[in-house]
Amino acid sequence: MFKRIFAVFAARNREFIRDRSSLAWNLLLPVALVFGLSYAFDGQRDEYTVGVLQVEAEIDTALHQFLETRYVRFVPYANLEDAMLKVERHQLDLLIDVGPPTRYWINPTATKGYFLEFALLQSASTATSNVIKEQVEGQPVRYADWILPGILGMNMMFSCLFGVGYVIVRYRKNGFLKRLRATPLTSLEFITAQVASRMVLIMLITTVVYTGTHLLLDTRMEGSYVTLFIVGLVGAISMISLGLVVSARVTSEELAGGLLNLINWPMMMLSGVWFSLEGTGETVQNISQAFPLTHILKAARAVILDGATFTDVAPSLGAMLLLSAVFLAVGAWIFRWEQF
Amino acid sequence: MDESRPIALEARNLVKDYPGLRAVDGISFKVPEGICFGLLGPNGAGKTTTVEIIEGVIGATSGEVYYYGEIAGSRFRQEAGIQFQNTALQDYLTVRETIQLFRSLYDRQANIDDIIEQCSLGDLLDRDNRKLSGGQRQRLLLAVALVNRPRLIFLDEPTTGLDPQARRNFWELVQRIRADGATIVLTTHYMDEAQILCDDIAIMDEGRILTHGSPQELLHARYGDQLINLSHGEIRRPNLEDLFLDLTGHSLRA
Repeated sequence: MFKRIFAVFAARNREFIRDRSSLAWNLLLPVALVFGLSYAFDGQRDEYTVGVLQVEAEIDTALHQFLETRYVRFVPYANLEDAMLKVERHQLDLLIDVGPPTRYWINPTATKGYFLEFALLQSASTATSNVIKEQVEGQPVRYADWILPGILGMNMMFSCLFGVGYVIVRYRKNGFLKRLRATPLTSLEFITAQVASRMVLIMLITTVVYTGTHLLLDTRMEGSYVTLFIVGLVGAISMISLGLVVSARVTSEELAGGLLNLINWPMMMLSGVWFSLEGTGETVQNISQAFPLTHILKAARAVILDGATFTDVAPSLGAMLLLSAVFLAVGAWIFRWEQF
Repeated sequence: MDESRPIALEARNLVKDYPGLRAVDGISFKVPEGICFGLLGPNGAGKTTTVEIIEGVIGATSGEVYYYGEIAGSRFRQEAGIQFQNTALQDYLTVRETIQLFRSLYDRQANIDDIIEQCSLGDLLDRDNRKLSGGQRQRLLLAVALVNRPRLIFLDEPTTGLDPQARRNFWELVQRIRADGATIVLTTHYMDEAQILCDDIAIMDEGRILTHGSPQELLHARYGDQLINLSHGEIRRPNLEDLFLDLTGHSLRA
């Protein structure tokens, strides 16, 4: 059994590695995207952003004159820890709890925070003695730090879905699956070999791309590399499993391409590759939970940006494993070798 | 049929229905060990469907296949070698790697050097399998069918598209394999091929077997000592092509 799995696994690896254009695409696309997007968007945010600590979703400007300051975006935050983390990373320029007593948090290295502090203290109804100042220290999260997991996750998604889904449909259409079926190879052995091959390849590619961009752009890494690797590994399994569902029966490459795009695009737009899902509606957030990419990115960003431990990301890993089990069960159930 | 030989393969009442079409309609035959059995018929007669049911590649609507008296199963998969009419191989693999890949899928394994020599692939071992000529590719596909030292070999239209020289070379190769003791099931629509290679034939059309026996028996039964007078005055003995046309009314390459 293992001899047969290894033979198919090795042959698939050779096919991928010798297909220079596919290999180059898998390696160069994410690197180009990370560098390009970092260069394009890594400047300072133009707007001044202030977090307002309150439970209510709407901000009542009558509570404090500072809240009427023009050209400043005020965003409500219910959780102090989350909001302080944003100040630490320069994602919020200042955080205020209107009180009483009024408290505010700024990062001493944030230039916008410095000016906002002036504005706050000079607000007509605020006396300096009634305001409590807190400092939060930390380096800014650059766009490169934030987008890197997104791009790697997106590359993983494309590589797993097309590298497994599309390829198996091609094998079925050109008769290679039929040829294999005439041998003692079982469908379980074949699927295992395909999953293992893509998992090894995508983890190698992702590791090479991550290491390269991490070293060249000096991106942030607060957590453990081992935990990040586990997140990538479990994420790859869930993506490959999803690819198997698409390829299980489809016999047309055109239909496979359409179905894969039907999955890719919503996942790419609603999983937080390009922008944070914070602030999106409840419906969008619920839909996004069905996508493996959402859980991969959530866990990877938590490890990279917040230093999350294995235990912290365990719920995301669990969600990915659950999705994988569902996808694999459906894929194995409906899989067939032949065209008709 | 030689009664003293064990029956290597038996098909019993095979039926295959597709929506609006019965492709195989109650096919039954037995293939004794060590012979070359030919399944002949025009394109669309149901030969490939019949053979693919026997090979286990597609399921039958009804009917059974027996291999040495047992329902064809895992032993059959280990001991049968199959050359499909149309098949793709894994891209970017060399001839040697392709043979090694398929060889690794079986418990029974032939000596790889023997296969390479048998199929005259020695000069092509490092060539990408996508860059082979038609004849070279057929030799590789035959090599792939031989990787498990098969006791039973299926050759589905193996010489279609080959030039006359490549066809003759292929026939010699098949004759050598048969001389080594393998049982061969050959489907073809070339009657000269069947006449040269087959000990036993079944002619089928529209999913049914029309007649079955050795070529000599079938010709004798149909024509006796009758000769055919051709339009330009030549007289010759009837051959399988005449028998085929009499039975089916089809042009061979229709």
